[in-house]
Amino acid sequence: MSAEQSPKIVIVDESPIRAAILEEGLREAGYTSVVRISEMQSLLARIYALDPDIIVIDLENPSRDILEQMFQVSRAVRRPIAMFVDQSDAASIQASVDAGVSAYIVDGLKKERIKPILDLCVSRFNAFARLQDELDRTKSALEERKVIDRAKGILMKLKGLTEEEAYVLMRSTAMREKKKIGEIAQSILTASELLK
Amino acid sequence: MTTPLHVGFIPLIDAAALIVAVDKEFAAEQGLDVTLVREVSWSNVRDKLNIGLFDAAHLLAPVAIASSLGLGHVKVPIIAPFNLGINGNAITVSPALHAALMAEIEGDAFDPMATARALARVVARRRKSGAEPLTFGMTFPFSTHNYQLRFWMAAGGVDPDEDVHLVVLPPPYMVDSVANGHVDAFCVGAPWNSIAVDRGVGHILHFVSDIFVHAAEKVLAVRQSWSEKNPQVVAALVRAASRAAEFIEHPANRAEVARILAQPERIGVDAEVIQRTLDGRLKVSPDGSIRDSGRYLLVGREGAARPDPVQAAWLYAQMARWRQTSLSPEALKTAIAVFRPDLYDAALGKTAPAVPNRPIGPFAGPAFDPNDIAGYLASFEIPRRTR
Repeated sequence: MSAEQSPKIVIVDESPIRAAILEEGLREAGYTSVVRISEMQSLLARIYALDPDIIVIDLENPSRDILEQMFQVSRAVRRPIAMFVDQSDAASIQASVDAGVSAYIVDGLKKERIKPILDLCVSRFNAFARLQDELDRTKSALEERKVIDRAKGILMKLKGLTEEEAYVLMRSTAMREKKKIGEIAQSILTASELLK
Repeated sequence: MTTPLHVGFIPLIDAAALIVAVDKEFAAEQGLDVTLVREVSWSNVRDKLNIGLFDAAHLLAPVAIASSLGLGHVKVPIIAPFNLGINGNAITVSPALHAALMAEIEGDAFDPMATARALARVVARRRKSGAEPLTFGMTFPFSTHNYQLRFWMAAGGVDPDEDVHLVVLPPPYMVDSVANGHVDAFCVGAPWNSIAVDRGVGHILHFVSDIFVHAAEKVLAVRQSWSEKNPQVVAALVRAASRAAEFIEHPANRAEVARILAQPERIGVDAEVIQRTLDGRLKVSPDGSIRDSGRYLLVGREGAARPDPVQAAWLYAQMARWRQTSLSPEALKTAIAVFRPDLYDAALGKTAPAVPNRPIGPFAGPAFDPNDIAGYLASFEIPRRTR
């Protein structure tokens, strides 16, 4: 690989969305040679065939142990691959482990060329985690909304209340019992299920 | 005042002493508030222990040594004040390879020399017919599984680097990989061998206790620097694990232990499968044949919990034998110092036992002499020196 060429980067990630986010980030930063692998069958064979300079893998991936094999002397390896991290990189390791990503680098690639790539991976992984969090929160808020609506319906029917009155009743009960309105709504659903 | 600790583990039955220490509150009794963190790869366990995200971990004994020597990764000195398991692995082969081995075998199928020689004949026959070399799965480059497979096949004349493929596979992928023909055999810890047999895709060819009488497997690992700053915590952790190991080994507790380990956030497989391992009574063939062994997995009994530096020297010798490192007296000293019986004894208020440790007891080759590893290794014909 000449020093001017963009290094070949392989992303190993079973989450296609996260891998796409990472690939997009790398391409925006000018790294043109990026390949994604989401199929873990024959992972090593695919990596040898692609012959990358850098491999990025998510830490939730059990296949990480498979990559460790590349450091071993073996007929299958055409050139030695070493992990990016060395004794002086404690902060980088910490940041990447916290973000849930790890990188493997072909020996001989200059450190200053690797650092921006790893930093980019860390920030994109963190961004994905935030996105996921937000999505989870939105989902559970939506779920809660549905539960509250159903509980309201039950109260309106059983007690002859208006929608507004049903909601106020649940809210005041929640405040009195120091619970969330979602929990009160859930107990109404459970109770009505039991009393059916 | 309780000490919060994060302890990493891989869902395998030899994590039992740690899991039971937490779930039966033996750790809490020692003033420890342990959060067990289930991990998916040995690389993760190693890295998170190294950078301090974990205070302690369930770790492959050779990974603790490799980390202390800086082999294959960053050098971080690790020590093992407690041995979590002795033996516990098995070699499982596909029905096709099993049939091929049984067609070639001369002698007892439980005799590892007979099976290793049969393997050499199968390998030779395949080479002659132009078939692909056999592929064996194991869990990690620096793993007991890697060394156990290699030791066994080399004794029969098979060079693991020349005559077959050895590939790393995460334990949860082993069963599928043998089912879809990705590998022909594997060496892994419990419960994965039993699961392959239950699914009808594998035969347990050997318990590792056929190959070695007493082989160190997983350790309770902590960073040396952390242990020096927190000697009381290390001692408390050793006491909690020791109490748990005693509990596990009591036959009356086995069903309860199996239920604890079976929980989804722990090992997450059927309690019945787990109990087979604890009892050393395993279904070894899809036809339902059962095999018993008093040495399948030792969690504490027969001195299993006390780290034995000779075991560390032996594992280091395997790294040298298979060219993961070269022999040096300093490295040997470092490797031996990973296993810390002194910390074990101090924590439990014991004095060093008068009887010598149980020997490793390999089925082939000379007795191991930690004072002459070069001489010991020179006695093996494999790896072949001609290459």
